[in-house]
Amino acid sequence: MSATTGGTTTGGTTTSSRTVSTVSVALSRTRVETRQFFRQRESVIFSFLFPIIMMAIFGSVFTGDIGGGVTFPQYFLAGIAASGVMLTSFQTLAIEIAMERDNGTLKRLRGTPMPATAFFLGKIGQVLVTTVAQLTLLLLAAALLFDVPMPTDAASWGTFTWVVLLGSAAGTTLGIAVSSVPPNARSASAVVTPPLIVLQFISGVFFVFSDLPEWMRAVASLFPLKWMAQGMRSVFLPDSYLVAEPGGSWQTTETAVILAVWLVAGLVLARLTFRWLPKRHG
Amino acid sequence: MPAARLEDVDTTAVIANHVGTPDATLPADADCAVRVRGLTKTYHVSRGENRVAVDGVDLDVARGEILGLLGPNGAGKSTLTEVLEGYRRRDSGQVDVLGHDPWRAPGSWRARTGIVLQETSEAPDLTVTEVVRHFTTLYPCPRPVAEVIDMVGLESKRKARVASLSGGQRRRLDVGLGILGRPELLFLDEPTTGFDPAARRQFWDLVERLRAEGTTILLTTHYLDEAERLADRLAVIARGRLVASARPDELGRELRTGAVVRWTDSGGRTRSEATDHPTALVASLAGQRPDGGEVPDLEVRRMSLEDVYLALVEAPRDEVLPGDEPMTGERAGARR
Repeated sequence: MSATTGGTTTGGTTTSSRTVSTVSVALSRTRVETRQFFRQRESVIFSFLFPIIMMAIFGSVFTGDIGGGVTFPQYFLAGIAASGVMLTSFQTLAIEIAMERDNGTLKRLRGTPMPATAFFLGKIGQVLVTTVAQLTLLLLAAALLFDVPMPTDAASWGTFTWVVLLGSAAGTTLGIAVSSVPPNARSASAVVTPPLIVLQFISGVFFVFSDLPEWMRAVASLFPLKWMAQGMRSVFLPDSYLVAEPGGSWQTTETAVILAVWLVAGLVLARLTFRWLPKRHG
Repeated sequence: MPAARLEDVDTTAVIANHVGTPDATLPADADCAVRVRGLTKTYHVSRGENRVAVDGVDLDVARGEILGLLGPNGAGKSTLTEVLEGYRRRDSGQVDVLGHDPWRAPGSWRARTGIVLQETSEAPDLTVTEVVRHFTTLYPCPRPVAEVIDMVGLESKRKARVASLSGGQRRRLDVGLGILGRPELLFLDEPTTGFDPAARRQFWDLVERLRAEGTTILLTTHYLDEAERLADRLAVIARGRLVASARPDELGRELRTGAVVRWTDSGGRTRSEATDHPTALVASLAGQRPDGGEVPDLEVRRMSLEDVYLALVEAPRDEVLPGDEPMTGERAGARR
């Protein structure tokens, strides 16, 4: 409950000057969004088990050393963690908002005193909670089921944290922006899903990035997923693997800059395109 | 179907005789919750084709008043209310709702209005209590959760997931979310769709309670009995214009003084005429019979409230212009 409840307004006579605080509404939104997310069994399974299943399949098909003493599950963990973050922040969120716009949930919320900022903070809060839960499960599965060595130094976990936060922030703003593209809920997954699948193939998630053709790597370098995957490799892969990285470097500075640019672009786009009502409303 | 019998009646004559220019405005110094002057809204349908949804409406709602807004689907009711609710931007005209222009109103203004939308959209995975509790966190001084659930009669469904509720129960939840912020002005858009008779009665009691608390209510409905029972005043919208505004009994009484006389003429054609003086018309028809016998198929019928409503929303013939095609379906909708 909000800390600012109370007062004596009864229809028409007095005017309440108090307003609810954005922070308390944002927390309330986060709670209710997260609760709803975890009650949708399909999306929970998709978000939590799908990455682990993918890892199990790829880890069984491709075995052995891929260079520098790195096993495929170890390489794949970096890519699947990166795409897991993008799935939750970008894909799931964009489809969810498109549906909420289409079924009138956004319209109803718009009719309440809820500050718009609190709505977006609530979405960000839900994405963060989900992402943390998803990554924890993925790392546990990788360590316990696939014997992937976990980093032991604080610097690596520091990098992991900022790559997740920055990538997830960029994905969230882009997801909010893209949610306005599909004309209705039915077409939402058709519009949102394919780009991310293509990016997964060309960004070093399903294949070793250095094995991809030059032009494909160039295209992938324009988008955030490639950089997130690379950032994750810098966390989970030993420096002995650097020989196989583009330019022989983890390119962490470039990763930070490009993710930040996408975050700003996402913010601007979301600001310009966000609508509370479906397009059919004139 | 009464409307079918009205088709060949010159209803414009009846209306012109009794209604005149509708005046839904109050004196300039009246304490109004809603004040609308010259409101227009046009939608762009396709290239070069526009549709006028609201066409110069003047309307006031006094504080504490319950205004029933009637009109066929597509007549402009929804556009009008959505402009008042702050969802749509008007093209021109003045709109004042609780002292603010709804399109630019701050969040504190939204705390003073309550909106029950036509479409239901609660989170299916939450329970009734969870949904109500969440919405109370959005308002500065909400009613207690238990009171809201009690007011809309969902006590037995407190722990039920929204997905498991019937259509009528979801609608009651909608109403609960609309009133939980103690609104000064409440918009109810077809609130009782899907209600069983008992639930409707309970809803009527709830409206009476809100009235007693001083809530101003703008009620859009297709149920004439509901409008007649609850509203202090009825406003009828057709083709984007306000075509009538009066107390429910006056709206009915005025028009019901007219009557429709129907008969078969000497050529075997069915004729009908709306008139204020049915006795004189019947006498004249009888006088025209050369043998002084019966007028074939003679029928005199007073207009019911439903006839009055249907007559009001029927497009007068001289108003049907070649460019008016999009309206055809909407008029047809009024007869369903």
